[in-house]
Amino acid sequence: MGDSLTNTAGHFFVTGDPMIIASDVAIVLVSLGIVFTLTYFKKWKWLWREWLTTVDHKKIAIMYLISAILMLFRGGVDALLMRTQLALPNMKLLSAEHYDQIFTTHGTIMILFMAMPFIFAMFNAVVPLQIGARDVAFPYLNAISFWLFFFGALLFNISFVIGGSPDAGWTSYPPLTELQFDPGVGENYYLLALSISGIGTIATGINFLATIIKMRAPGMTLMKMPLFTWAVLGTCIIILFVFPVLSVALALLLIDRLFGAHFFTMMYGGNPMQFVNLFWIWGHPEVYIAVLPAFGIYSEVVSTFSQKKIFGYKSMVASIMAISIIGNLTWVHHFFTMGAGPAVNTFFSITTMAVAIPTGVKVFNWLMTMYRGRITLSLPMMWVLAFIPNFALAGATGVWLAEAPTDYQYHNSYFTVAHFHQALIGGVVYGMLAGMYYWWPKMFGFKLKEKFGKWAFWFFNIGFYVCFIPQYVLGLMGMQRRMYTYTPDMHWTALNFVSTIGAYLMGIGFLCIAAQIIHSLVHMEKDLTGDPWGGRTLEWSLPSPPPHYNFAVIPQVSDRDEWWERKRRGEQDALKPRPEDIRNVHMPKNSGVPFLMGVCFFIAGFGFTFGWIAVGAAGLLGVLVCLAHRSLDQHPDHDIPADEIRRTEAALGRL
Amino acid sequence: MAVRMEEVLTRRTGDPSSTDHPGNRLELSTEDGVTKIFGFWMFLVSDVLLFATLFATYVVIYTHTADGPSAAELFRHDVSGFLAETLALLTSSFTCGLATWEMHQGRAGRLKLWMIITLLLGLTFLGLEITEFHDFVSQGATMQTSAFLSGFYTLVGTHGAHVTLGILWMSLILYQLVRFGLNAVTARKFYIVGLYWHFLDIVWVLIFTVVYLTGVM
Repeated sequence: MGDSLTNTAGHFFVTGDPMIIASDVAIVLVSLGIVFTLTYFKKWKWLWREWLTTVDHKKIAIMYLISAILMLFRGGVDALLMRTQLALPNMKLLSAEHYDQIFTTHGTIMILFMAMPFIFAMFNAVVPLQIGARDVAFPYLNAISFWLFFFGALLFNISFVIGGSPDAGWTSYPPLTELQFDPGVGENYYLLALSISGIGTIATGINFLATIIKMRAPGMTLMKMPLFTWAVLGTCIIILFVFPVLSVALALLLIDRLFGAHFFTMMYGGNPMQFVNLFWIWGHPEVYIAVLPAFGIYSEVVSTFSQKKIFGYKSMVASIMAISIIGNLTWVHHFFTMGAGPAVNTFFSITTMAVAIPTGVKVFNWLMTMYRGRITLSLPMMWVLAFIPNFALAGATGVWLAEAPTDYQYHNSYFTVAHFHQALIGGVVYGMLAGMYYWWPKMFGFKLKEKFGKWAFWFFNIGFYVCFIPQYVLGLMGMQRRMYTYTPDMHWTALNFVSTIGAYLMGIGFLCIAAQIIHSLVHMEKDLTGDPWGGRTLEWSLPSPPPHYNFAVIPQVSDRDEWWERKRRGEQDALKPRPEDIRNVHMPKNSGVPFLMGVCFFIAGFGFTFGWIAVGAAGLLGVLVCLAHRSLDQHPDHDIPADEIRRTEAALGRL
Repeated sequence: MAVRMEEVLTRRTGDPSSTDHPGNRLELSTEDGVTKIFGFWMFLVSDVLLFATLFATYVVIYTHTADGPSAAELFRHDVSGFLAETLALLTSSFTCGLATWEMHQGRAGRLKLWMIITLLLGLTFLGLEITEFHDFVSQGATMQTSAFLSGFYTLVGTHGAHVTLGILWMSLILYQLVRFGLNAVTARKFYIVGLYWHFLDIVWVLIFTVVYLTGVM
């Protein structure tokens, strides 16, 4: 009895590995620390009232940002573990099984639980302010989206200590991921965590589409919209079209695993390649989901820090839309080796290379915007400048991979690894960091000091090239991705060692960013202007951080860079509210239900992961109760009286 | 955030006395209603994609019967069954349309009556579908038999799950109509569940064609 209990517990709580025991200890200590701090400073009520129940897009943005940075840390630690394992031949730091788990969680976390919340942080922080709206179209749904992401990420992360992590790669191809070849709960964690956060992502896509289409301030026609908002619109269209495909692919694999169906098995007529197609119908456009918002950020930053309006606005809009369409027609280039035949491969080769055209248009427009501009080299602009050569290289190597015949040579090699890291770090992470530095004062009301930021920039950039350039060569020398060790006679040692050094330099860069944030928190310099960079768009016309209703009076827009044009004409005071124009503002009430709905989804996900159908069903029933509760709520919103707004605006010095 | 509903009446061009005029439609009478209906159309786009993916998967594997029963063998004995399902669901879409029409005439009583009839037809459809699934399973044709049957149960079952959710949802809206009466909010809610119901009907037409008719051909 006692033995069997220990056995069961041993399977449930992963034991034995020193790293996992260390994680257990760390999790317990951090949790105790959080509980203690909240209790000691009597902050529980504050946490619930101000954060867990909030429907304010600006606070949701901050929660997304914190999650993204935490996940960047977790994914980064995974990366350093892998690079350490590969630094020298025949390393025994990680076992093969453990290595499999780590590359799986690294990929999944970086794409879905780091890049996605990072772009959603930017969506939430910026879009309603840029278009002159008081909130997103569906604030309550926005809170649900966040909590689904949060509990999806939590479910994924606890797999490390409870039950075991997924270990079949972030692409999770069957038949390897079928129950027969991959028993245990790790793969179920992957499928359910991604499904839950995926529902939240679809809701975010719908929410921001409706926000941008329906909530723009009067006068802001589509062609007067800031480019970041345009990029978000393109992103949301892609989300709407491809995330349902991922949901179905994951659901079918889960049905195979939980109920013994045969969609992707090798027996009874299953077809594993169907999963691969469905996965990449989502997976390739996912690259554009992540990179289009970054392109939007580059457009805003380049224009602001060159003090010029963006060059070729219309072609920028056209290229965003072109990328969001052509990007859906390229998925087969991830598996030219499937055996689909020359005609299919040629089609997808051409469409893949065609994406380079609108992307090239954008890069030239950014360069032309800088040409004869008055450039200020502050941190956001530095990350944009570093992005351009990086992305040029990613594009060039991408064309090599886009050609089906050459791809046969590089398929699943380190060349591919180097290429997509160059595109995703150089494109997305640099963009998100530029956006974080750029909008930080708007989100938090103080600027990040440059001191550690410049160190971070140089460590990360130099580390980046040191890490990934050797990997191109390793790929050409035949090193395959997902290898957990190699022998000295392969002659890969020197390049791998250099690559590992680069990875650590990037790690130091990340620590410098953390140091920068802490340093700026301690030596805080409040931004009282609301417009520290000399911004061009409406968000800079508000105080930092903006009051929770954003605009006391919705502005009337007449120009593309409305705030810049107003400043140029000396009319910036016209965007301040006049006391007689202030009316009651209708705002949604805070609610704890989105958080509880996330908890219910978490219970459902955890139950199905372990095949406990009753627990899973109970969780889903809880979700239905939450939905019904919302539907029956007769007063989901309230009025802020005009007097209160007048007082707030006066205190901000705007009346 | 939405402007107070009484504040904004989205009147558009045309004859304001006509009941077809959007400004006179209760569900479109507030900015909140207009935005939420637009948002729901966007949700329907994602649901279309979901079903499209399931259809694509079904088409890829529907000949993969792995020595189990084929579509022709299964459905040939059941033509009257799936015809009855189709009739029930198509009629329910029609009665749902009548309910919407009565709502636009401002007749709350008839609206509720047609909603009840729609719900009963929906339940009939669901009962028939469950009977059909039960029949197949008792013949040994289960989800585990072959890729074709995995695809069949998942595609048709997903539609059935949608119908179940639709019935629960419409019942909740019916309760609210009884409780709070016909106003801009309940009108918008009924209009949205109506869109959902018609959407399920269109998906069924495709299932009828792609799964059943193609199967017995």
